[in-house]
Amino acid sequence: MIAILDYGVGNLFSLRCSLNSIGEEAFVTSDKEEIQKADKLILPGVGAFGDAIKKLEAAGLADLLREEAEKGKDILGICLGMQLLFEKSYEYGEHKGLGLLKGEIVPMEGSIPKDLPIPQIGWNSLRFTKPCSLFGHIREGDFVYFVHSYYADGCEESLAAVTEYGREMTAAVQNGNIMGCQFHPEKSGSVGLNILKAFCEGAVL
Amino acid sequence: MITKRIIPCLDVKDGRVVKGIRFKDLGDVSSPVTLAKYYSEAGADELVFYDITASFEGRKLFSDILRETASQVFIPLTVGGGINTVEDFDRVLKCGADKVSVNSGAIRNPSVVSEAAKLYGDQCVVLSVDVKRVDGSFHIFAKGGREDTGMEAIEWIRRCVGEGAGEVVVNSMDTDGVKQGFDLELLKKVTEAVHVPVIASGGAGGIEDFIELFQSIPEISAGLAASIFHFGEVTIADLKQELRENNIHVRL
Repeated sequence: MIAILDYGVGNLFSLRCSLNSIGEEAFVTSDKEEIQKADKLILPGVGAFGDAIKKLEAAGLADLLREEAEKGKDILGICLGMQLLFEKSYEYGEHKGLGLLKGEIVPMEGSIPKDLPIPQIGWNSLRFTKPCSLFGHIREGDFVYFVHSYYADGCEESLAAVTEYGREMTAAVQNGNIMGCQFHPEKSGSVGLNILKAFCEGAVL
Repeated sequence: MITKRIIPCLDVKDGRVVKGIRFKDLGDVSSPVTLAKYYSEAGADELVFYDITASFEGRKLFSDILRETASQVFIPLTVGGGINTVEDFDRVLKCGADKVSVNSGAIRNPSVVSEAAKLYGDQCVVLSVDVKRVDGSFHIFAKGGREDTGMEAIEWIRRCVGEGAGEVVVNSMDTDGVKQGFDLELLKKVTEAVHVPVIASGGAGGIEDFIELFQSIPEISAGLAASIFHFGEVTIADLKQELRENNIHVRL
């Protein structure tokens, strides 16, 4: 049973449907007990970092996530959800994240060539940098769908895949039970569904 | 490297796709869900659903269709048509849309762009514009191209991007329906004026028009078209294959 954390942001409908389509039972919840009972957790998210972390904290989900992570439960952050796993972000100010992964979220502006549009919106390919539980059913070079203006930096410890957008950029991360992808697996066609499937199966590295 | 996106656009009225769809191998070709699945499997990078319904019942049907599509098709879905307020954004996002495109609604009430961007993020807000040459300058037209607002196009686009639009769909009324290629002059001006992804629309008559578009304006992120895909004149697979042969990076 997969719990999709609901804290008031993002297209949770598509995420739940994509999990259902691969035969996984998934539910959208902000209920503490349900989250504790779930086998695995997905932290979704779109929008701004500062807003999202405030909402997570207000819903009491930030501490709960840290507790569940400590217990060893598998957690997958998607897009902004992945960014929230890190220590801090510089999106509109400076905000503390969940601190489950080492690294920080920095703007693309100024660190990629000027002729590239920001946000990066579209399909880009993955290059693996280490084995990752999410990659069991996909191949290097596969395309996934990205939408973002900020990226995770200084995260060598967890870095699992990069994509090329004017520079190498963090695409997927894993440190034990804590996983994340900057792209949207629920919007990345069959490749994305295969990534979700691998997460649900929970391959141990 | 990021790929150029190919985006079919479906006009939906009272729950059915309009603009004559002619596929031999599809059964019910006016079902948005069937077509969306077909395009997704054929390699479309994204889909745009445009709600051209006016009635309340039609709008409700559209929501049902959207929900059904989003539960079966796992590529990005943009919804436009009848978007005037943040409540409209909320309505379609809850049904599974990823991005919402706003056109006349932003002309009537420009603050909807910034309000929606604040609530849902810039990436969620797509500015869509209908542009036509009037006395040697580019004007923004409202109400599906029926009304000249008198506003200068580049200025309007720049303003909306400043307010938080994360992407711009530029539809040239001068080239739309003519099938003689995209409006390169206009598109070039837009890519020079804003730094967000720009999607070209209006004028695609064949594969060579997409090649010309991406080769002459490398800054263009995506090409959008309706009838050439719906009538089966061009298949997405053939289009992408030929783009790749012309060294244009696509997802195959």
